Amino acid sequence: MSSSVRSTLKENGFAWLLLLPSLVFLALFTLYPMWKTGKISFYQSDLATPIPTFTGWDNYSRMLDDSVFRQVIGNNLWFALATVPASILLGMVMAIFADKAIHAKSWVRVSFFYPNLIPMIAAANVWLFIYTPQYGLLSRITVWFNAEGMNLLGNPDTVMGALAFMMIWKEAGYFMIFYLAGLQNIPKDLYESANVDGVSRFVVFRRITFPLLMPTTLFVMIIALTNSFKLVDHLWIMTKGGPDNSSSLLLFYIFETAFSFYDQGMAGALTVVMIGILLILSCAQFFGLDKRIHYR
Amino acid sequence: MKFRAKLMLVLCMCVLFVAGCGTSGSKTGQGDTQQPKLESGANTEQVASEGEQTELSFYYPIAVGGPLTSVIEKMTEEFTKENPDIKVKPIYTGSYADTTTKVQAGVQAKQPPDVAVLLTTELYSMIDSNAVIPLDDFIAKEDPSYIEDFYPAFMSNAQSEGKTYSIPFQRSTIVLYYNKDAFKKAGLDPEKPPANWDELVTAAKQLNQNGQSGIEIPGSGFAYWMFQLLSLQNSPDGGNLMSPDGKKVFFDTPENVEALQYWVDLTKKHKVMPEGILDWATVPSDFLAEKTAMIIHTTGNLTNIKNSAAFDFGVAFLPMNKQYGSPTGGGNFYVFKDIEPKKQEAAWKFIKFMTEPERAAQWSIDTGYVAVRKSAYETDVMKQYTQDFPLAVVARDQLEHAHAELSTHNNGRVSKALSDQVQAALTGTIDPAGALKKAQEEANKALEPFNK
Repeated sequence: MSSSVRSTLKENGFAWLLLLPSLVFLALFTLYPMWKTGKISFYQSDLATPIPTFTGWDNYSRMLDDSVFRQVIGNNLWFALATVPASILLGMVMAIFADKAIHAKSWVRVSFFYPNLIPMIAAANVWLFIYTPQYGLLSRITVWFNAEGMNLLGNPDTVMGALAFMMIWKEAGYFMIFYLAGLQNIPKDLYESANVDGVSRFVVFRRITFPLLMPTTLFVMIIALTNSFKLVDHLWIMTKGGPDNSSSLLLFYIFETAFSFYDQGMAGALTVVMIGILLILSCAQFFGLDKRIHYR
Repeated sequence: MKFRAKLMLVLCMCVLFVAGCGTSGSKTGQGDTQQPKLESGANTEQVASEGEQTELSFYYPIAVGGPLTSVIEKMTEEFTKENPDIKVKPIYTGSYADTTTKVQAGVQAKQPPDVAVLLTTELYSMIDSNAVIPLDDFIAKEDPSYIEDFYPAFMSNAQSEGKTYSIPFQRSTIVLYYNKDAFKKAGLDPEKPPANWDELVTAAKQLNQNGQSGIEIPGSGFAYWMFQLLSLQNSPDGGNLMSPDGKKVFFDTPENVEALQYWVDLTKKHKVMPEGILDWATVPSDFLAEKTAMIIHTTGNLTNIKNSAAFDFGVAFLPMNKQYGSPTGGGNFYVFKDIEPKKQEAAWKFIKFMTEPERAAQWSIDTGYVAVRKSAYETDVMKQYTQDFPLAVVARDQLEHAHAELSTHNNGRVSKALSDQVQAALTGTIDPAGALKKAQEEANKALEPFNK
C-alpha cells in the first residue's frame, strides 16, 4: 500500500520536474503579469493619482458606464461575426479546390496562402491604398459603374465592413492550410466506395468530407475567434479606431487607455475582461465542444 | 539507483536553467538605461586619473521622412567632440507615440532616459506623472537673450503656471498648400491664394472640377488639431481652446460651433471637399496626385511636397476669418527627474548645443520643420536656403499669429473627446452644436480631478 503511494509520488514528482522549465516560463511571462494586471485593475492609477489607491470594483463599474467600451465590445462582436464564419468557409472551399486542382496545384496553394505571409502592417498599407477614395484601386473600379468615389474607411457605416473584408482575405489562406492537412487524413476508401455507389458529390461532401473535417473546423474556429480579438495592428495604419470609435476594437482601446490616457487601472480592468473572454473561448473548446467531436 | 541518477540529472538541468534564466533576465530587465549608469560608476573610480565622463541617454522620435537618424547621430558626435566629458547615446525610439510609451515605461521602472524629445502636448502628462523637471534654474543662469530668442508661439506649449518645462526642437505649424497650375486652369490668380473663409469657398468651388476637389482637410488622427485652427481663426479675442493652466477647455462656445459648421459645410453644403473622414497621410498624396487643388496640412510635409510635386505649387497663410490663426505642433526637449543632478546639467548643455542657431537652421532645412529660434533665420545657411526656396519662410511668418496646441491635464482623453466628436460631426452622425457639447462634457469629466 504505502510503497505504491510512494511509487506514484515518485513518478508524479518526476513528471513535475520535467515540466518545471516550462512552468517557470509560464509563471514568469503569463501568470505573474496576469496576477499583476488583476491587482492593478482594483486600483485607481492614472494621471490624477500619482500614488495608486485601492478603489475595489470602481474601474469595473466605470467601465460599464463608458459608452466607448460598450461600442468597442459591440464592434468586436460584429467583427468576429463577420470574419469568423466567412473566413472558415472560404478556407474550406479553397482547401477542397486546392486539393482537387489538377493543373498548377502548388501555384494554386501558394496564391491562396500568400496573403498570410504578408505582415499585417504591410497588408494594411496595401489595403489603405485599395480603399483610397478617388484614385484607389477600388474607386477606379467603381468609377466604371458610374458610382461616386467612395470613402469606405472615412464613413462610420462602412468602415467595419471594409476592415472585415480585408481580414477575411488575410485569414482564409491560413485556415486553408489546416483544412488541407485535414483532408489528407480522410481515408480515401470512403470516397472510393461512395464513388462505386454512385453518390452525388454534394452528398459526399455533406456525409463524408464535412463531418470528418469537424475536428479541424473546431480548431480553426477557436483560432479565428481569438484572432478576431487579438489582431488589431491594421487599425494603427488604416483608421486609428475612427471615425468616432466606429472601428475601434477592444485590444486597441486597451492600448489607448494605457498609453494615451495613462489610465493604468482602467487598462488593467479592460485587460481582465479581455483575458476573461479569451479564457471562456478556449474553455469552450477544451471542455465543451471538444468531447462531441470524434477524433480518430 | 537509476531513478536517482535521472532525478539528479534533471535537478541539475533545472538549476542551470533557472540560473541562466536569472542572469539573462536581469540583463534584459535593466535595459539600455542601466548600462550608462554602470559605466559611469566604473568611470567614477578613474576620476582621480583622467576626469569623469557623463553618459546621457537621449530618446528621440522621427516623424518626417528622410535619413534623419544619421543626422542626429552626427550632431551628438559633434557634441561629444566639443564636450569630451559628456557622451550622448542617441536612441531612436520610433514614432512620437512609441517614444512616449518607452519613456513612460522607463519612468515607472525608475529608469527614465536622461533627455528626450516628446510632443509638446505631453507637458501635463509628464508633470502629472512626476517625470520631468522645470528648467528655470538652468535658464536663469543663461543670458536672457537665449530664451527670448525662441518664438513665443513655440514657448507657450513649454510653459505652465510660470514654469518652463521644455525647450523647442522640432516644431511645425499648419499652412495652406495650393496647386498654382490648377489655379491658372480655373481662371484664378496663382499669386493670390484665398485669404479668408469666404474666398476659400469661392476659390474651392471654381477649382472643384474634372474629378479634382477644391480643398481637403484631414480628419483622421489629429482632428482636434485641424479643428483648432478654425477655432482660433473664429475666436473674437484670440482666445484658445483651453486655459493657460491646462485645467479647463472651452469647446462648446458659439464661435466654435460656427467653426465646426464651416468645416462640415465644405463637404455638405458647398460640396468642395470629399465626403467622409479624410486620412491624415492620404491628403498630401491626393494633392500630389492632383486630386485636390488645395490642402490644409502641417509644414512638416513641405520638403516631401517640394520633392515630389510635378506641378507648380504655393504655400500660404491659412485663410483668416476674424483673424489669422494656427496652432503649433511638434516636439520639445524634456529633462527627467530621477537622474543625477550632474546628468541634468549635462542634458541642459546638450539641449543648448542642439538649439544653437546654426544647428537649428540646418535641422529645419533637413527636415522641413520651422527653425525654433529667430537668430536661426539670420544665419548664412538659412539665408541662402530661403532665397532659393522662399516658401520656407511662410510658416515662420505665420508664427506671429500662432498659438499653443491643445494641451491640458489628462491630455489623451481630452483631445480624443474633441477628435471623436469632430469626426462624428464631419460624418453627419451629430450636428456641430451637439458634438461640441458632448466633447465639452467628456473633457470636463476628464479634467474634474485636476480642478479640486
